[in-house]
Amino acid sequence: MTSPDDPDGAAASTSGTDPGDPFTSVSEIGLTLDGMPTMLHTTPGSSLLRALRDAGCTETTGACEQGECGSCSVEIDGRVECSCLVPALICSGSTVRTVRSLLRDDLATALAEHGAVQCGFCTPGIVVAAEAALGGEKPLDELTAREALAGNLCRCTGYQGIIDAIVSVDAQRRTATSDGAVR
Amino acid sequence: MSDTLTDVRQHRRAIAGIGESVARPDVPPKIDGSFEFSNDVSVPGMLFGATVRSPHPRARLIELDIASALTATGVVRVITLDDVPTTARTGHITADEPVFVDGEARYVGEPVAFVVARTQEQAWRAADLVRVAWEVLEPIVDPAAALAADAPFVHPAGNVIRELVLRRGEPDDDPNSTLEAEVVVEGVWETGRQDQAFLGPESALALPDVDGGVTLVLATQDLHTDQHQIAAVLGLEEQQVRLVMSGIGGAFGGREDITCQVHLALAALNTGRPVKTTYRRGESFLAHPKRHPARMRYRLGADRDGTFRFVEADLVLDGGPYASTSGPVLGSACYFAAGPYRIPTVRVRGRAARTNNPVSGAMRGFGAVQACFGVESTVDLLAAELGICPIELRRRNVIGPGDEFPTSGQRIGPSAPLLELIDRCAAIPMPDDPSAGDTEPLHPYLLPGGTGLTSDGTGVRRGVGFALGVKNHLYGEGVPEWSVATVTITPQGAMVRSAAAEVGQGIISTLAQIASATLGGMPVTVEPATTEAGYAGSSSASRQTWMSGAAVRQAAAEAGARLIGSVARSTGVSPDEVRLVPEGVEVAGEIKGLAELFRGLGDAITPTGELTATSEYRAPTTHRGDPTSGQGDVHVSWMFVAHRAVVDVDVDLGLCRVVQVATAQDVGRAINPREVHGQILGGITQGIGLALNEHLDSRAGRVVNNSFTDYLLPTAADVPRVDAVLVEVPDPDAPFGLKGAGEPSALSSTASIAAAVREATGRSVPRVPIRPDDLVG
Repeated sequence: MTSPDDPDGAAASTSGTDPGDPFTSVSEIGLTLDGMPTMLHTTPGSSLLRALRDAGCTETTGACEQGECGSCSVEIDGRVECSCLVPALICSGSTVRTVRSLLRDDLATALAEHGAVQCGFCTPGIVVAAEAALGGEKPLDELTAREALAGNLCRCTGYQGIIDAIVSVDAQRRTATSDGAVR
Repeated sequence: MSDTLTDVRQHRRAIAGIGESVARPDVPPKIDGSFEFSNDVSVPGMLFGATVRSPHPRARLIELDIASALTATGVVRVITLDDVPTTARTGHITADEPVFVDGEARYVGEPVAFVVARTQEQAWRAADLVRVAWEVLEPIVDPAAALAADAPFVHPAGNVIRELVLRRGEPDDDPNSTLEAEVVVEGVWETGRQDQAFLGPESALALPDVDGGVTLVLATQDLHTDQHQIAAVLGLEEQQVRLVMSGIGGAFGGREDITCQVHLALAALNTGRPVKTTYRRGESFLAHPKRHPARMRYRLGADRDGTFRFVEADLVLDGGPYASTSGPVLGSACYFAAGPYRIPTVRVRGRAARTNNPVSGAMRGFGAVQACFGVESTVDLLAAELGICPIELRRRNVIGPGDEFPTSGQRIGPSAPLLELIDRCAAIPMPDDPSAGDTEPLHPYLLPGGTGLTSDGTGVRRGVGFALGVKNHLYGEGVPEWSVATVTITPQGAMVRSAAAEVGQGIISTLAQIASATLGGMPVTVEPATTEAGYAGSSSASRQTWMSGAAVRQAAAEAGARLIGSVARSTGVSPDEVRLVPEGVEVAGEIKGLAELFRGLGDAITPTGELTATSEYRAPTTHRGDPTSGQGDVHVSWMFVAHRAVVDVDVDLGLCRVVQVATAQDVGRAINPREVHGQILGGITQGIGLALNEHLDSRAGRVVNNSFTDYLLPTAADVPRVDAVLVEVPDPDAPFGLKGAGEPSALSSTASIAAAVREATGRSVPRVPIRPDDLVG
């Protein structure tokens, strides 16, 4: 794909910010993103989701921008949040983890094997929610896994493959741990 | 159509790779987040667009004032009707929708203008500055009122998008005579306006091309049909409009129509810059056509022993103001209004009306879902009247191989395993019943109301419902249908080129699987879909695996034969001694890798184009039905399905919880069983949504719940396990005997849940989604 020249210098942004616009006074925030010190540009009204996506971190998707679908889920200082509801400015100094650093191979394998992915739009958020649920004290069963994932909408799969994958990974990890293997 | 009724199961051959749950190549990048969706695409210097939409369901546009918007920060251009170079309309069957409101707005959300700015936020803010003076008119929102002779026109084309009458087996010469039988039941049934609610909102990028044309990177169900419409409106040659398929966040019928494509193309051409837009959820709900609300009046007559004698059905679909796919959706509703039953006398009348409600169009099941709810609900009324088990009543009346289809009279081929579907679905073990005292009480999360802990369990009653579904796959009704694919063999393996749209269903994987199976297990890659590839038709109507799968199989077979011929010539052996194997090619007993073979033989093996084959597969011919009776060979063949639902209802609260859905689905031959199961699970979940939650509520033409807060999709905590059985009776006309797998799961799951709720409550449940008000008071 070719692109024409960018005479007015708007090329840096993929959607959100324009340094010349008084409505969007740009701030720079620093945070730890997937283990890397990262600077993000943001504006007063912008969500963490927009700041991430404007910075080219498109692993995190968003389907509703009102905290209902869970597809934009990320971990902020250890808590799973809908990044569309969190102003980017308050994440200054936070540790943010997305699917990029949270996904572990066993979960990736299980999701694929159980047919848990069709269009894939919800999947990064599913991974974030699943990894949070997998760290719990009690073993996951069908019921608790479904409750843990109730904040993540999937329109394609009917959830069964997702739930089966998560329950199976939970069992594998607990077995591995009780055998003395390093988690 | 095949006339042979031999049991084709006897002739099934094992084909390497077919029937295996192979891994999908698109899945790993979707899991790790590296997959690129259409709204992830960006190029330097791109501008952003925002759509100005009508706030009124019906209003005359008096004046459009873009002056304030033009001077807003960051605004580059405001595209209006004045920028549209032709008077052509969009609409992929009937071109009747203007690019922007032209004189009169006909639904809330209809595009008025398209603001282009340097950032998305600037575009959105400037869109609010576009001033429109409207003369507000009284909207026409009741489809029955719209069909009245004296109703004002919603659209210059009149208020009837399509009317269809199907008549068969009239008992006398009077088509208006009252049909009678020993037992007659009557019902009036309604279905809601379901949104496809794909998770990835509409998003695309348009780039101006040096030849005056435009390239669109987008997510669609049909590249070439989009191309045709865009070119017509822009006054360009089709080859000047290039479409590149990007990652898609679901579709389910909701991406068959044009939404942002033309606006973006106009913006790119008028600014000379790339332009992108991404809809917000609230406007996505307004922008794409959705499932038609239906009102269906039924009469069903039978002998006392339960033998069906006649069915009469009068169907009215709310099409909204523009045609979209209302015509074929109405055809589907009418042709499946009698279900999969042997009924000697059939009278069906269907009308799709224009209104000022949201535009209706394609959604999974395409009219057959609504008709299924109507006919299956009426069959249950008859079962109750006769005191016959609903499953047994269906067993006595289902069609089978060699019968005539009830609404069209078309002869049914050998793949119609209705009895097997009924018996295998009914045989799936029932879930434990806590009220029977044989198991622990249910966890509170599993009661109606779920994790809200609404029900205390004392008012919970359990019901079981059963329903059968039927629909054609492929287009039917005489629409010419074909698909083109190209296969090229290279030193690395085979490459498939096809314009078939990957909508999440896994067609890329399936085409690779079919090519590989045809080429002895050769590794296969599938090129990105673009309009440069031959026409493949839409990813809809449960057709793409059949149509493009057949085209790929033909092209792969031809390319493989050329490779064998070329190797035989180059090495001086007989073609019989050359065989394709997963590692490469076996030549006279010796296996050579493809790369080695190409290296060794050099140009001798690949004269120009030698190892490329392009094939066009044409579907078996269908015909438009007889103009007065609708009779004829209107379909290629049919998909059948059985659903059994177990539902708990708190009869004090009017809340429902689906405990189990069991299903047996007629799949012909499952190419990738894991993915077929995926289609079944997803379709049933959408069926649960239509049964219990999903209705885009249009009040006086104004949608009041266009958000995920107010439009409730089933969550993981709302849906039960699904137990699915695949019934494989190959269709002799199809590649590998396969049948479409996308739609059947959505056909009768809704009707089976409504039947279960009726059994649990004794209520009539005349509409879906079922409201608490329908169950209490």
